[in-house]
Amino acid sequence: MLEKILSAALCGLIKTLTGARALWRDAEPSMRACVYFANHRSHGDFVLIWSSLPSALRARTRPVAGADYWLSGGARRFLIERVFRGVLINRPIKRRDDPIAAMLAPLEAGESLIVFPEGTRNQGEGVLAFKAGLHRVACARPETEFVPVWVENLGRALPKGGVIPLPLLCSLTFGVPLTIRPGETRAGFLARCRDALLDLEPSA
Amino acid sequence: MILETLKQNTLALVFFGIACALLLASAVGLVLRLRASKGEAHSTIDNLNARINAWWAMILILGGAFWLGQTAVILLFAFISFQVLREFISVTYTRRGDYRALLWCFFFFLPLQYALIAVAWYGLFTILIPVYAFLLLPISSSLGADATRFLERAAKVQWALMICVYCLSHVPALLTLDIPGFAGRNEQLIVFLLLTVQSSDVFQYVWGKLLGKHKLAPAISPSKTLEGLVGGVLSATAVGAAMWWITPFAWWQAALIALVINVLGFFGGFVLSAIKRDRGLKDWGSMIEGHGGMLDRMDSVSFSAPIFFHIVRYWWV
Repeated sequence: MLEKILSAALCGLIKTLTGARALWRDAEPSMRACVYFANHRSHGDFVLIWSSLPSALRARTRPVAGADYWLSGGARRFLIERVFRGVLINRPIKRRDDPIAAMLAPLEAGESLIVFPEGTRNQGEGVLAFKAGLHRVACARPETEFVPVWVENLGRALPKGGVIPLPLLCSLTFGVPLTIRPGETRAGFLARCRDALLDLEPSA
Repeated sequence: MILETLKQNTLALVFFGIACALLLASAVGLVLRLRASKGEAHSTIDNLNARINAWWAMILILGGAFWLGQTAVILLFAFISFQVLREFISVTYTRRGDYRALLWCFFFFLPLQYALIAVAWYGLFTILIPVYAFLLLPISSSLGADATRFLERAAKVQWALMICVYCLSHVPALLTLDIPGFAGRNEQLIVFLLLTVQSSDVFQYVWGKLLGKHKLAPAISPSKTLEGLVGGVLSATAVGAAMWWITPFAWWQAALIALVINVLGFFGGFVLSAIKRDRGLKDWGSMIEGHGGMLDRMDSVSFSAPIFFHIVRYWWV
């Protein structure tokens, strides 16, 4: 109960503060389990994506997040485990871990994921090279749809080292879903995903 | 009793008149919707109705602020400036080195500008942004140690502050003017300015939709037409002239001033359209249903307010 109230309050607060506009470009939100992949500039990125999803989708969407950051405090731990229901991944990955299996389980159960394939927060412009995880998920479950999401302005609003956020209006652009093609190489698939994401970036 | 109030209170009378005009507009919108679409969507008419509904909300908020008093009017415009600055900066290219300069804009210069207007310190509020912000903000940006497109970034921050804060703050600054024989009625100048300029926007839209044939500058604003411009500016000038009785002006002075601020208001919308077009945008935001962002509504006011302020200050104070 507390989790539900918190999550609704958090969504309202985030939307008011960031003025977030979700733009579904050439695509409609779909109830099928999919992987939302986005550019990563700020810790708030996935919260913003998560709160801009229609509420029916939000209840079935889980962020993939770094365990080191999110388990390092009581409040954070509560938020990530109970409110966001995050899929936590250890960084660096230990020998016993299987992060791909951890990501496949929710997809099989009909839940969507939010991932940041750059692997770390990007302090500069554009998008860093993608980690291989997207491809490994696609190989293990070829029917999975990958939806690019461009997050605009959140990184600008609170750059690394900043304390007071700038009251900028954020926007999220959701692109057309991609699926892996038969025989597509890892480099080819990752490049296609990255290009689809860069396509959504507003021009400088 | 209502009639008595209206007779005694000019502002109440004006707002009553606006409410009647909006009632008429709502009725027209309803008839159009019933006649045109048997259940199906018609984008122009839906947009018209959304605009009219938004006008109701804007008039209610403005009227409420006047009813609460001068402080509320100043706070309302401070909020409008804040929202407009948000919209402007959100779509403007800046870099991490500008973070501090932007913090100064939002949380120092904007509140200070309106505080200076609240205490009627004319000598400082007219130079705060053109002099102090102009010099201090690039200093802050340069400390970000990033020279990439520096002049462009500094110019954009200054432009944003001028258009969104400095220019718009001249609307509540009308309250600070000490006009002989007009004491305690300065709010009526704000009503005159907003009513004239906004009616110009409305009439441009209406004339453009009804008669518009010759596009003015499709590269900058696809919806602006010569017919809309001439019809809109002339109609709104007539509105301004007809409102002379709430101002310290004679009717012909009111007409001339209305003409000046309507032409400026038109170019305000035009210049900001050029910026939008360059950024590949149609609207500045999505805050006001049917209108777009707050800046889509305030662009004309931003250009006309400072000139109106100085016309009144030069000849009437």
